[in-house]
Amino acid sequence: MKPFDYQRATDADSAIATVSRDPEARYIGGGTNLVDHMKLGVTQPGKLVDITRLPYDSVESLPDGRVRIGATVRNSDLAAEPVIRQRYPLLAQALLSGASGQLRNLATTGGNLLQRTRCPYFQDVTTPCNKREPGSGCSALEGWNRHHAVLGASERCVATHPSDMAVALAALDADVLVEGPDGQRTVPVTELHRLPGDEPEQDTVLRHGELVTAVELPPLPFAVRSRYRKVRDRASYAFALVSVAAAVEVSDGAITEARIAFGGLAHKPWRATAAERALHGAPATEETFRAAADAELAEAETLRDNEFKIPMTRNTLAAVLRELTQQEGS
Amino acid sequence: MTGMTRAIPPGPERVEGRAKVTGTAPYAFEHPVTDPLYLHPLRATIARGRVTRIDTDAAERVDGVHTVLTHHNAATLNPVGDPELAVLQSDGIDYRGQLIGAVVAETPEIAAHAAGLVDVRYERLPHDSEFRDDAAIVYTPDADASPMLSPDLERGDVDAAFAEAAHTVDATYTTPPEHHNPLEPHAVIATWDEEGLTLHDSNQGSHLVRDLLAALVGIDKERVSVIAPHVGGAFGSKGMPHGHVALTVLAARRTAGRPVKCALSRTQMFELVGYRPPTRQRVRLGADPEGRLTATEHDSLEQTSRFKQYAEQSASASREMYASPNRRVTNRLAALDVPAPTWMRAPGEAPGMYALETAVDELAVRVGIDPIELRVRNEPEVAPVSGLPFSSRNLVACLRQGAERFGWHERDPRPGTRREGDWLVGTGVAAASFPTLFFPGSLATIHHESAGKYRVEIGAVDIGTGSRTALTQLAAEALEVPLENVELRLGSTEQPHASLAGGSTGTASWGSTVVEAARSFRTEHGSEPAEGVETTAGAADNPDIGKYAMHAYGAQFAEVRVHVDTGEVRVPRMLGVFAAGRIVNPRTAHSQFLGGMTMGLSTALHEHSVVDERFGHVVNHDLAGYHIAGNADVGSIEVSWVDEHDPHVNPVGAKGIGEIGIVGTAAAIGNAAYHATGVRVRDLPLTPEKFLY
Ligand SMILES: Cc1cc2nc3c(=O)[nH]c(=O)nc-3n(C[C@H](O)[C@H](O)[C@H](O)COP(=O)(O)OP(=O)(O)OC[C@H]3O[C@@H](n4cnc5c(N)ncnc54)[C@H](O)[C@@H]3O)c2cc1C
Ligand code: SF4
Repeated sequence: MKPFDYQRATDADSAIATVSRDPEARYIGGGTNLVDHMKLGVTQPGKLVDITRLPYDSVESLPDGRVRIGATVRNSDLAAEPVIRQRYPLLAQALLSGASGQLRNLATTGGNLLQRTRCPYFQDVTTPCNKREPGSGCSALEGWNRHHAVLGASERCVATHPSDMAVALAALDADVLVEGPDGQRTVPVTELHRLPGDEPEQDTVLRHGELVTAVELPPLPFAVRSRYRKVRDRASYAFALVSVAAAVEVSDGAITEARIAFGGLAHKPWRATAAERALHGAPATEETFRAAADAELAEAETLRDNEFKIPMTRNTLAAVLRELTQQEGS
Repeated sequence: MTGMTRAIPPGPERVEGRAKVTGTAPYAFEHPVTDPLYLHPLRATIARGRVTRIDTDAAERVDGVHTVLTHHNAATLNPVGDPELAVLQSDGIDYRGQLIGAVVAETPEIAAHAAGLVDVRYERLPHDSEFRDDAAIVYTPDADASPMLSPDLERGDVDAAFAEAAHTVDATYTTPPEHHNPLEPHAVIATWDEEGLTLHDSNQGSHLVRDLLAALVGIDKERVSVIAPHVGGAFGSKGMPHGHVALTVLAARRTAGRPVKCALSRTQMFELVGYRPPTRQRVRLGADPEGRLTATEHDSLEQTSRFKQYAEQSASASREMYASPNRRVTNRLAALDVPAPTWMRAPGEAPGMYALETAVDELAVRVGIDPIELRVRNEPEVAPVSGLPFSSRNLVACLRQGAERFGWHERDPRPGTRREGDWLVGTGVAAASFPTLFFPGSLATIHHESAGKYRVEIGAVDIGTGSRTALTQLAAEALEVPLENVELRLGSTEQPHASLAGGSTGTASWGSTVVEAARSFRTEHGSEPAEGVETTAGAADNPDIGKYAMHAYGAQFAEVRVHVDTGEVRVPRMLGVFAAGRIVNPRTAHSQFLGGMTMGLSTALHEHSVVDERFGHVVNHDLAGYHIAGNADVGSIEVSWVDEHDPHVNPVGAKGIGEIGIVGTAAAIGNAAYHATGVRVRDLPLTPEKFLY
């Protein structure tokens, strides 16, 4: 662990200026991911700029029906927020299925989105990893890859993104509000994270110094019937093997709206557009559900230890849709 | 979780309970010492070869670094028969993670930072870390060389009996490497000053640590003291001192009396303090039409390390469990370039009984009879191999009482037929057995302070089991004084010699010692002793050892749910009924059994140290990656025991309860998962993908 400077940011502009200027500087939110990486030697920032005192700690309902979540809102607080529980239950469920109570009390919205992969080779500086050390090789490709990607991976990297919250946000079509030295921009959450391609060291499209200030949720009325289902090795406190975030609307036995995203399958929260297309207008039957899963998984490529993710995803999606459509029917 | 609120049975409360929950009971690293330095170990990043260059200049230049130890400057140590303790004695690397040096600095942060600046170059040699059945690495351990090993057993003609059997099972079971992960990580503070060497060390036997370390560094053992008043769990991983203790002592030799503190991280513990080796066990059972065993064969292959042999004896679980005229039991080792395995809670029995008790369940299915009935039909009259009578054997009582409490008679034996919502539901049973051992050589001092108040001293280490409380009780009982009149001191070499906390022997060995010392005290000083008189005595040899077969028994029951869509496995309900001789303190015993069963559940569902053979290391080497059952995984666990009076085992009549709780649990859960789904998984742990089809 390398000695480092620590600053507590009092305003966003100077925080952005400080980090942008200094390639060795990083923002720190709850620190539950970053500090681990510093201890492990995965990252060695020279300076930390603590953003948790910036005024991004509230959840607001906007006049146009959108909901804005500040970047420093803690995961526990967000999950308890009435507007989230009522209007976007899948998001509350996703948050509560992540990590542990202690971690959620510290973890921030921005930090959760930007947490890095849990690939054990990435976290171990004694093993090669293209994401940590570009060009060194990918130890997971032919190593222990039970938790690794089946969709959108590359020869360079087969890591998965570990966040539960981000999967729910992907299903909800959330936007990420970003501020940088050149001003503000909005990035759809489905476009925030990258696929690994030839540059697995780049997790996201953010540039150094860009600060996430908020996440915005669209109104999406049918999201009141939504579900986040996480399949994991333990009943709590384990990362997803596979997870499904879904919101559907059914009318006369047919699916009229569907938002689906998968976790645990890819380098990013995986918005399942092919599955959504297959569901759209189709009868709410087991066959439809399975066909939707198959449509999305058609391109999947499995590794030595993760073949199970295909049937597990298919079954879990079917189970979630069954539950949501029955709930609606009754 | 209503099941968890079941009444805790009566019995004196843990005497140190208040100190522990208020944080005032000092663990190894917390002992106040003056002006300490902190040690950060350096570990090899190759699995085999040698260090060709180790450049410490940059590290030494860091402000606050006191010393950087390597094999170039470390003192020579005496051989003590344990290669793990021979740290920094050469440039050789036998396994990945091996200690190759240490940075000692004013703060742990400086030490860690400087450790990252040490530049190490290696010459790599090809390594082999893949556990498998391969003549190139497999050998038969020399049973004559150690009393802890049993030679191959061959009775009758197993092959012929198996060929003629009406029903047979022939299956291979595997268990993965598992790491102990006690709550308190391994830690030591070493102070080497004019008075000698003092170690505040988290261990299972302070006298053993003292004797080994004194021999290692070549000083008189009277000049070494080892202190361990509280130890936060060990499970075998602190049974022998590991390399970090020797390393810290080497460091303390160079700090002119300043104490050196070393606390291992979780990740370091996956390399340096032992683990339960993986096993691959083939079990063949042959039975007559009624399910009586005619042939029992159990062959186990277990991993060891090339640089230090450790022989798990999993197959030995089948030596004396059931009657069977024909029997073959063998244990083989596969030697690899890996860290040394060691004892882990119920070594041998835990993996061995998993295999045997799963096979027995498979046999019951083949025969078409109830698995409890099958076990009852195979009860031996005398110990099958030795022919000795049992000192007591109440396995059948455990099974019957358990069946009653668990509601076993309502069970429909057909697998895969009960569904509640999205969950398939099943129940399973397994038997448990653990040998009743006795470690000789302990002594206790009974000291009369005044007015009927006694101080009792014994150097035994309470690793969190409740020994301090049980020994206080036994002393009070033998002295015939109220509990409050006894102050027990333990854990340190300042007190009389005590055997290791292991083999579930604490209450038997130290308890008998305390009882006999109290009796000697009364013989010498009567019931109205003078102030300040004392007696030191040990337990006499037990004439019944060798005349009786001595084991504790148990019956484990589990209800398991497997999710139809995802394969997730849940265990809402477990029951364990044990026959373990005298239960000295029902309250703390209940907690011991509960802990053992919970650890068994964890073994069944979660624990798996995943080895990457290419590197020779455990990949999931932290508690986020290595799963241990959490609260949400544990449903209702009910514990009970049968009254058992066994006059033969030892003066206390206790058989030991530290390990039996973990034995058989994984089999009961696996058997229940089979009953739920019809899928027989023979490889632990029972992760969701194994139930997905
Ligand atoms: C044992 C364990 C188990 C876990 N289990 C789960 C789980 O099951 N599911 C799950 O989803 N997560 C899990 N987590 C991860 C946890 O959710 C993340 O660690 C947490 O959400 C990160 O948030 P933080 O605020 O602490 O981020 P930090 O550690 O502070 O930051 C993470 C990264 O984001 C950057 N950053 C932070 N805020 C901003 C911002 N506003 N703008 C730009 N950059 C920013 C930091 O520079 C850093 O690179 C687990 C973590 C642990 C340690
Ligand atoms: S999967 Fe990605 S993160 Fe993991 S070792 Fe390969 S390159 Fe590194």
